[in-house]
Amino acid sequence: MVRPEKFIDDSGRRVDGRLPNELRPIKMQIGLLKNASGSALVEYGLTKVIVAVYGPRESQKFVSLPDRASLRVRYHMAPFSTEERKNPVPTRREIELSKVLRESLESIVMTNYFPRTTIDVFVEVLQSDGGTRTVAATAASLALADAGIPIKALFGGVAIGKVDGVLVVDINEVEDMYGDADMPIIAAPDLGLVTLYQLNGVLSKDEFQEAFDMAINAITRIVNMEKETLKSSYQVENKEGDIEK
Amino acid sequence: MSITPYRVPVVPKIKRDNYIKLYEKGFRTDERDFYTPRKICIKTNVLEKANGSSLVKLGNTTILAGIKIELGQPYPDTPNEGVLQVHAELSPLASSLFEPGPPDENSIELSRVIDRSLRDPKVIDFNSLIINPGNKAWVIWIDLYALDYDGNLFDASMLATMSALYTARMPELEELETGEIKIKNKVSNKPIKINKRIVSVTTAKIGKYIIVDPNLDEEIISDTRSVLVFDEEGNIVGAQKTGMGSYTMEEINNTIEISSKASQVYFKLLEEALENEKLER
Repeated sequence: MVRPEKFIDDSGRRVDGRLPNELRPIKMQIGLLKNASGSALVEYGLTKVIVAVYGPRESQKFVSLPDRASLRVRYHMAPFSTEERKNPVPTRREIELSKVLRESLESIVMTNYFPRTTIDVFVEVLQSDGGTRTVAATAASLALADAGIPIKALFGGVAIGKVDGVLVVDINEVEDMYGDADMPIIAAPDLGLVTLYQLNGVLSKDEFQEAFDMAINAITRIVNMEKETLKSSYQVENKEGDIEK
Repeated sequence: MSITPYRVPVVPKIKRDNYIKLYEKGFRTDERDFYTPRKICIKTNVLEKANGSSLVKLGNTTILAGIKIELGQPYPDTPNEGVLQVHAELSPLASSLFEPGPPDENSIELSRVIDRSLRDPKVIDFNSLIINPGNKAWVIWIDLYALDYDGNLFDASMLATMSALYTARMPELEELETGEIKIKNKVSNKPIKINKRIVSVTTAKIGKYIIVDPNLDEEIISDTRSVLVFDEEGNIVGAQKTGMGSYTMEEINNTIEISSKASQVYFKLLEEALENEKLER
């Protein structure tokens, strides 16, 4: 991978032809795994992430909480997800991302309904091209909904970046690697809540605030797609062949 | 895999309510206002065998930072830059909440946030750490040791890191007749080239209140926490939401303003500490 000469060309388009505020093509699919309570596959451009949710199921004794369910989150990258093969042993990065993803889910999943149980969210990054943790959040939102686990609202994620001095939405790997900043954000726009933010790079105070506005706007669009995906997945045909929702 | 903590002390609801009642009157339990960090005490060069070291007390939270500088190889994708490695040890001697064993997710998060804040904003001049491009470079190991834990490891660790980096001295090299490069002296008079100073500001959200530098009790009763790292120009060079809760946009904007103001206090204290050290030498 080489650093592009220009991140934004004269017509204001990015390395992959997008405008600064434009998301990559997004695909969503739910219920594709038979064993899991819920599952989802989400793609933002070349980034593909699959999430499986198991539970609520009985906790191991020593981790069981008397007033709520424990959440277990495992973020993991498949060995073939990256340019060079990634050793499947969890890295420090994967351990940190598992933690911040779990913490972002804690305030959304209604764990108080299931004391002494565990809800597992397993994330496998199948292909990585930037923004994997935010795609994982979107997939986790769908998988939890598919599992029928009560959540306060659907949520999603997007990474804001800064390239050639311009803030851009949903950065790909080149923009992440050679850009000036990478700021993943996870939010539940229907509640107006931000549940994760991180920043790697340098932003002015104003840019930092603007990045949140851009992210909330983008995540609102993503959550609307989630709603469409869920609605169309649960359409059934009645005897007359009409579609009922 | 990350699991909901199950060893966290249970906080009686009444305790949280009491804290909030006190906040309504504008006080905190240790008589601070909302925006002032605890007393900070920085002592550098506390260890002889490290290239640089610093002992930082932020209230009762104590962090010891040790810097070792060794010869190594640059990463293949950055042949013209030296190597930085940050590790944190949450030793069981520091708190009944810490368990012995390999670094857990809290220790890894702490060290990675410090690492990111130093790396991308180029706080250290990484190009100055190259000896032979693509082949030989200095490796800077920053090891953070928690000795006493009373909340807010991030800010204390950042102060310890910066003060240790400032007082660290590079090893001295010699070239043998065979052309081989070896370390002659483990410590010289040459400092590490530093581009800018940074400080971290941790705030906790407790109910509708945002408070700077939470102590352990405040950390435990908090809804969530935010770590914002600032440079001297007021840019944000690192950020991390940590903890289980969430923020509204209004709370985030408040947090940014409050943290930005508090960063000035931290800078002043870091400055003073470094000044004092110079006089003592």
